[in-house]
Amino acid sequence: MSEVKPDLIDVQIDGEWHSFPKGTRMIEACRQAGVEVPHYCYHPKLSSPGNCRMCLVEMGTPPRPAPGAEAPAPDEHGHLPISWMPRPVIACANTISPNMGIRTTGPLTEGCRQGVMELLLANHPLDCPICDQAGECSLQEFSVEHGRGESRFREQKVKKPKNVPVGPRVRLDDERCIMCSRCIRFCDEIADDPVLGFTDRGSHTTLSVYPGHELANNYSLNTVDICPVGALTSNDFRFQMRVWFMKETSTIDVNCGTGCNVTVFSREGKIYRVTPRQNNAVNSDWMPDSHRLNFHWIHSDARLTDPLIKDGANHRLATWSEALSYSAAKLGELSGDQIALVASARMTNEELLIVKRLATMLGVGFLDTVPRVGEADGYLISADRNPNTLGVKLVLGLDDPGAKLADLKAGIQSGKIKGLIALQENLVDDAGFSAELLGRLDFLLTTYPLANPTADAAHVVLPSAGWAEKSGTMLNVTGRLQRLNRAIDGPGQTLESWEFVRDLIQALGGGNGIYAATDLFSALTQEVPAFAGLTWGMIGDQGIPLVDTGVTIPLLEREKERIAQGIVVG
Amino acid sequence: MSFLVPATVESEIDERITHYPVSKRSAVLPVLHTLQHHFGYLSEEAVEWTAAKLDLEPIKVLEVVTFYPGFRQSAPGKYHIRVCRTLSCAMAGSYELMESLCAKTGIDRSGVDHHHPIALSADGKFSIEFAECLASCGSGPVCMVNDDFYENVSDVDALIQQYP
Amino acid sequence: MSAIAYKSGREPHAREHRVVFRNIDRDGWDPSLATALKNGAYEQLNKALTMEPTAVTDEVKKAGLRGRGGAGFPTGVKWGFIPPTNTKPVYLICNADESEPGTFKDRYILHQDPHQLIEGMVIACYAVGAKLAYIYVREEFPEAATILETAIAEAKKKGFLGKNILQSGFDLEIYVHRGAGAYICGEETGLIESLEGKRPYPRIKPPYFPAAMGLYLCPTIVNNVETLCHVKHILEIGAEAWANTGTPNNTGTRILCVSGDVQKPGYFEVEVGKVTMGELIHEICGGLKPGRKLKAVIPGGSSAKVLRAGESFTVGRGDAAKTIGLEDIPMDFDTLAACGSMAGSGGVIVIDDSRSISWVLNNINNFYAHESCGQCTPCREGSLWMKKITDRLVAGKASPSDIDTLDSVARNIDGRTICAFGEACAWPTESFIDKFRDELVADTKPGLETAIVNAESLTAAANL
Repeated sequence: MSEVKPDLIDVQIDGEWHSFPKGTRMIEACRQAGVEVPHYCYHPKLSSPGNCRMCLVEMGTPPRPAPGAEAPAPDEHGHLPISWMPRPVIACANTISPNMGIRTTGPLTEGCRQGVMELLLANHPLDCPICDQAGECSLQEFSVEHGRGESRFREQKVKKPKNVPVGPRVRLDDERCIMCSRCIRFCDEIADDPVLGFTDRGSHTTLSVYPGHELANNYSLNTVDICPVGALTSNDFRFQMRVWFMKETSTIDVNCGTGCNVTVFSREGKIYRVTPRQNNAVNSDWMPDSHRLNFHWIHSDARLTDPLIKDGANHRLATWSEALSYSAAKLGELSGDQIALVASARMTNEELLIVKRLATMLGVGFLDTVPRVGEADGYLISADRNPNTLGVKLVLGLDDPGAKLADLKAGIQSGKIKGLIALQENLVDDAGFSAELLGRLDFLLTTYPLANPTADAAHVVLPSAGWAEKSGTMLNVTGRLQRLNRAIDGPGQTLESWEFVRDLIQALGGGNGIYAATDLFSALTQEVPAFAGLTWGMIGDQGIPLVDTGVTIPLLEREKERIAQGIVVG
Repeated sequence: MSFLVPATVESEIDERITHYPVSKRSAVLPVLHTLQHHFGYLSEEAVEWTAAKLDLEPIKVLEVVTFYPGFRQSAPGKYHIRVCRTLSCAMAGSYELMESLCAKTGIDRSGVDHHHPIALSADGKFSIEFAECLASCGSGPVCMVNDDFYENVSDVDALIQQYP
Repeated sequence: MSAIAYKSGREPHAREHRVVFRNIDRDGWDPSLATALKNGAYEQLNKALTMEPTAVTDEVKKAGLRGRGGAGFPTGVKWGFIPPTNTKPVYLICNADESEPGTFKDRYILHQDPHQLIEGMVIACYAVGAKLAYIYVREEFPEAATILETAIAEAKKKGFLGKNILQSGFDLEIYVHRGAGAYICGEETGLIESLEGKRPYPRIKPPYFPAAMGLYLCPTIVNNVETLCHVKHILEIGAEAWANTGTPNNTGTRILCVSGDVQKPGYFEVEVGKVTMGELIHEICGGLKPGRKLKAVIPGGSSAKVLRAGESFTVGRGDAAKTIGLEDIPMDFDTLAACGSMAGSGGVIVIDDSRSISWVLNNINNFYAHESCGQCTPCREGSLWMKKITDRLVAGKASPSDIDTLDSVARNIDGRTICAFGEACAWPTESFIDKFRDELVADTKPGLETAIVNAESLTAAANL
């Protein structure tokens, strides 16, 4: 039985014929044909007011024959001639029609763009030298590509408030605003927090919050992302770094099970900013502020930087080989059933696989991870605050992560468990293990990025890499396999967890053949059924659906509805 | 003095809201008009009261208040004068009329700008601003004093004397 | 019907043909229902209710009634735009926001003859299937709002409004909605946004054609006051007879409003196309002031392109083509359009040779800069820019190249905006430069090109 094909419509773009499904917006048709139409106010995830007028293009349709005259005949491809309209039309809100012609070049279109650019710059302040947006500013970009190159404006510019704190995380420079209304639409339509609006009118129109009110919702920083100019800026990033100095790394947020796709901006090993990256199966174009800003700890002074071995009341620096051989020796004094291993659902699948090997090698009596549950926010934040719970289930084979921790505590209390390996978890603060309880152990090995009470109690402390310092895969709540890509190196002698777990296995007398994270991935494809047949390259920047958990992401579900209603493109 | 909407005013507002069965938000303009008519202008409390009454975010009401010149956010004089400045009235002498009215009422308009279009007399009795075309172009210059409309205005003294 | 006497000094001119304005300035007339009923009010509503709604629309189509608000769009055709498959509620809005500079006609209907409007609205609502209608009155007509609400209450009491009108089974509620002082609320989609309680930002068309997605995204018909008043007269004498007044394709009567430099400015209801510009100015309005010559005429509200005295125009095609002068132009829709302007709202502004063209243009530019809603880039930035240039022009601080910049800015607005305000604010500048460039340039000072001037302190016109 043949597939149901969408209605396809023929459209001529800059002289070439293409086919697109009925209902495609002109601007999307152009993009798919490889032609970018410059725009400000249009955003595929928001409603289209058509107010910036930057996307004006020349449009044509088959001419209507005069009464009595014959209709024009189609050519050998079935195309009718095109009669070009003298009045340009916006490409963002209009849909294609059969036999439509679009010209994105030529005197009319280029004249429109020049005109709009000149008018936008008329009252725009010359803030580029101090504006964060420089280097990623649509006004700059289109000014170079489509502008006149000189200003004829000789008047006094309209003055508006500068440096206005509209919220705890967002700052507003009203003069830069081009009144595209993207921020207002985002707050109204996506964040359900309609606190932004335009006051006054005409050229004095000013983006505002109500006095005493704030743009404070947990998605407020998305308005900074979508602001095409530097009107809305992030307090956290303001004046920190020029964008052209920074390296961009695509990776995944790890603050909850949603796994928002992100871009990490770093320079010389320091992260300056994290922004959401589009993934229409995970987070659309958005991410929560709380997740976005949770990266400063990576550069905290409290980072563990070297292996440490307990010496009396304190810890002394050690080399990796010393720390690992010492650990291997201490573990060797115990039998398997006396050893417990607590891993983390913040570990990648690759790390979990090598942890599994360690656990098997030691024959541990307890294997578990620390659960993290919060309240889902109905947008992008999952109740599961671990990013890879599903990985733990599939790779470690745990049906109910966290279920055994109570028994583990009892085991330590009773003396049954004498050795504990806590990987990437702070058991004192996050799992309710008291320092006194941990004191009962003969041997405690812990790894964690930051100094913490569990490390204080440990015999061996190993520094582990933060999420931006490692590569690997994780599975989000919907069962999607996504790739973390290492953006920066960990501080000091920090290694990615899989590296020293591999080395610990070696120190314990085991063999390996693991040289890179990709080797572990290959092992995953062979040892875990869900991963069979995959390659690292297949995952790409957008991830792939691997397991169908049936869990949906509320913000995406609402977006799908709006796409179905034709309000947004998607 | 706390902001209090008298019962009579609120019941008028409630009645007007019933004129918009499809969407309460549509009642924004009549609610604001009623409040301005009673209080003389729209304070922040009036804006917030309106927002609460119509289940709107205050900013969505402020957006509307600041758009329209017909809404004032500060108290005008007891008698508020609006002089049409658009072409036909200007040709008929409305700028001269403005000067005469200011002289007669003792109003100094030198501080007037886009954000402060209204100037008040020192005793607060009169206030004045320019308005755009009042749709009586054949009988200019025209002006309004509160809700009273005057056309072919020539005797400024006689006009002002009507307002004790 | 009783013979009509008008108040002393306000009698219609002999060239007038009073239909919609029959009761304006009438001696012994008042806006009450009792008086209206004595003069045939609501008899045509009675007749309409015996017809099929589509038959009413057909009559209006046949009559060729064109919108009297400014666009001149065929009313019956507009009513017919409601999709036949529509299941959503239909609304009708009377646009009583009369704000086009030079226009003063709806004012009198609202204040003096509200029942004519109400009857027209009920008939129109019946034709299009609207059960809820609004009269959007501009804020500066406070008395009219009260008069209309009184009239509505009277009409409802007598069964001309409300449930089961005249036992026909047709229900209709009409409410008065006051604006708050914005010209852009005269734009139909801006009006709709205002009625929805939002900032009156006009909507993009497509897709928001009011007949398809108007008030509350339901089919909505927006008509001007005068347009709606014509409806009952069409039913009274029949479409054919109505279409025999006026001229072909420009049928019926319309109220022309003349202001500016004439002896006797005022409003005049004439048959469309049966009075020429010259007859209007010299015969009806008493000509120019003593010692003055005609310089320019804005024929259809300040948005219409200006026509220069002594200009000649070629109208008609082929064998019918002929050249006419400004004063020969018949006051209709088509000829004025063919002469490069428009009939618009019927607001005729006469400018004599005592006026500075720079001053006139600057006054108009100040109006549009003040009234621009600010939604879209070209109008928002361009209207203020044009005002600032002409502010400098009248203050003697403009250079000749400023006139070129001014023209270029106007052309960057025209045709590039969401709504017709773009054309409205650009056409005055375009046409004044087109017709009076010499005068504008004469007010400039060569050599000021490179100076960046602070216009705020030099404004000659009032800064609003």
